[in-house]
Amino acid sequence: MGPTSASSRRAFWALLAAGGALVAVALGAAHYMEVHGHAVTGMNNQVVWGLPHVFAIFLIVAASGALNVASIGSVFGEAAYKPHSPLSVLLTVALLAGGLMVLVLDLGRPERLVVAATHYNFRSIFAWNMILYNGLFAICALYLWALLERRLGGYAKPLGLAAFAWRIILTTGTGSIFGFLVARQAYASGVIAPLFIALSLAWGLAAFHLAQCGLARLAGREPMDAGLHARVRRLLAIFVIAALYFVAVHHVTNLYWAKQAAFERFILVSGAPYPALFWGGYVVAGGLVPLALLLHPGLAGPRATAAASVLVSLGALAFLYVFIIGGQAYPLEIFPGYEVASAFHDGQVDGYAPSLPEFLLGLGGVAAAFVIALAGARALPVLPPDRVAVAAPK
Amino acid sequence: MNPVDQRRRDFLGKAAVAAGAMIAPGVILYDYAHAKAPGDPASPKVRWGMLIDTTKCASGCRDCVDACNRENGLPGSTRPTDSQWIRKVDLKDLKSGKAVSLPVMCQHCAEPPCVDVCPTGASFKREDGIVLVDRHTCIGCRYCMMACPYKARSFVHEPTTGQKPDVPRGKGCVESCTLCVHKVDRGGTPSCVEACAAAGHGAIVFGDLNDPASEISRRVRAATTTQLRADLRTDNGVRYQGL
Amino acid sequence: MSVAGILRAATAAALLLAGSAAGPLALASGPALDAARSGPCVEDPKLMRRSHPDFLKHGRDDTVRKGVRGIRHSLAACVDCHASKADGRVLGSERHFCQGCHTYAAVKVDCFDCHASTARPSATAAAAPASGGTR
Repeated sequence: MGPTSASSRRAFWALLAAGGALVAVALGAAHYMEVHGHAVTGMNNQVVWGLPHVFAIFLIVAASGALNVASIGSVFGEAAYKPHSPLSVLLTVALLAGGLMVLVLDLGRPERLVVAATHYNFRSIFAWNMILYNGLFAICALYLWALLERRLGGYAKPLGLAAFAWRIILTTGTGSIFGFLVARQAYASGVIAPLFIALSLAWGLAAFHLAQCGLARLAGREPMDAGLHARVRRLLAIFVIAALYFVAVHHVTNLYWAKQAAFERFILVSGAPYPALFWGGYVVAGGLVPLALLLHPGLAGPRATAAASVLVSLGALAFLYVFIIGGQAYPLEIFPGYEVASAFHDGQVDGYAPSLPEFLLGLGGVAAAFVIALAGARALPVLPPDRVAVAAPK
Repeated sequence: MNPVDQRRRDFLGKAAVAAGAMIAPGVILYDYAHAKAPGDPASPKVRWGMLIDTTKCASGCRDCVDACNRENGLPGSTRPTDSQWIRKVDLKDLKSGKAVSLPVMCQHCAEPPCVDVCPTGASFKREDGIVLVDRHTCIGCRYCMMACPYKARSFVHEPTTGQKPDVPRGKGCVESCTLCVHKVDRGGTPSCVEACAAAGHGAIVFGDLNDPASEISRRVRAATTTQLRADLRTDNGVRYQGL
Repeated sequence: MSVAGILRAATAAALLLAGSAAGPLALASGPALDAARSGPCVEDPKLMRRSHPDFLKHGRDDTVRKGVRGIRHSLAACVDCHASKADGRVLGSERHFCQGCHTYAAVKVDCFDCHASTARPSATAAAAPASGGTR
């Protein structure tokens, strides 16, 4: 990371310790869930995927998007981004590792990970995802090596291209986990895959921006030079708009189907807390306010961009909460045209209250990504050399 | 009647009895030929199914549910985290107000979404059409629960004890109606069917849908029956009459 | 040879002797388990001790995936035969069949998280040798 002052070294160790403590707490929470069973969480036979999955999917999708900065440099040849490629790749690995940690620890039988790695049902997009995640780790490791080792510099472009293609397929796969669910009104759509690609671009760039500024500050440097900052600002705005576009297309199309009308009313209007989280959390706080901060001439600036990145990330969690949990809370329609009642919660909207172990596990995934990124940035020269002057975009 | 006619009549009568006695074992053997010996593997020639006559199903009756719980060692409680392999559902038509009651369990689809999505292949369809969870391979990801159109699957949320020897089940795995496969493999019938018959309701029929002579096949040919969510084209082994 | 060298050689020899003597002693001092109901096991005990996880693993696929019942290496049949005559279980104390050996060898026995550790009613009632081919 270059010469650092004593205070920045102290800050580094303090941050690493804090992150490590959160990870330890998360592991303890996972152990508690494992020993007592999922009965100690808020998840049940109605809402089977809960808060841990919200965090895990956020980290995995952001991981894929964080690689975008390196892709713009290696694949699209934009010189301004090239020096930032190593951090981008490190961040991908860190975020993906954090997300997978949460996903694996939430399994009913996490000790059967070896079974999952050796038994594949290739009709399952989930099985494909497992191969894609591991492949991305391998490609990123090679890519980072090529970026940092001068003698391997020639391999950076083909590896960058491979990484770019791989992550598009991976994010399509992540979105399709939901898109392929034929029976659920919230999912079952081909638009979920490109929606996740758009979300990954926005969330990944926001995560990259925060990581770059934070690590540069820690190293006692300027967070980001003005030329690159202007580009990132504009790009983040475009990605946020693209994501809002796909979300809008998804919901407007649903509204056209009479059979989807009740579900859409639930998610967008009447099914508290999901409408509030969707409109307030995602659309306004996670979309419109960041757009104002990024684009409005009076507001724009480095602080505003950082705030926008934070808001986009929080909005992401709100979106996923509505998407994943709201989609399960609405009852499955087994008997269209009938009012349904049973002892198994048929026909009822299901309540879900996240529990502390779930929240700690999810937070631990974020902390794990933080620790890996921080330690990696300390060990490897991922920050660009001092003051590479960049021309502002035309 | 003259004695010749009487003797002719006697002869024809005995011949008819003899002919019947010769054919009858063949008919019975034909039925047995479809049933599986316990040591044989499940056969694709067979497709097990159930037919539920909702007109014979009373709203407050829980005989099938109680029998299933007893047979499979399920707790029987109905907290949100408790396993229910079969449940009674009460329907009311939104327009006409007509009330219907019926049991819902795993529909043993021919094209099961749960089998498609399982990453390890733990959720599988046997040769004879029964959809099961191989709990040795299940990692507890619950993706099959997301995929099932009928909310048939349950996840075991707590450590379990007191399992029945023929029905292993445990914490961290997903489970659902097995069509009492441990009984069917030995020539028996599911407990819900037996309980309903024993109580005199006779709402559930179990049998081989591939055998045109079986009672279920004859009933399915005779009456109008539907599959739940037929629009999904999952081709369910469980059919309903009176819906 | 120096005194230290002689001492080293003597220590080594003593340890070797003790080790070889401890061999048969160790086997003889294995866990004391309640006897099975009757009759020999379906496989040789030495082979079973070593290979029962493999037998069970291959057998389970035949039963679960293919529906073959009454296989030679059925876990339920093992439990039927080896369950304690007193309480019909294979877990519960160091004298119970599965728990005794597994505790001695310090290997976690995973099966009974899901499988019943009690003999089936037909087995306890009949108290007859449960060969591999019945039920």
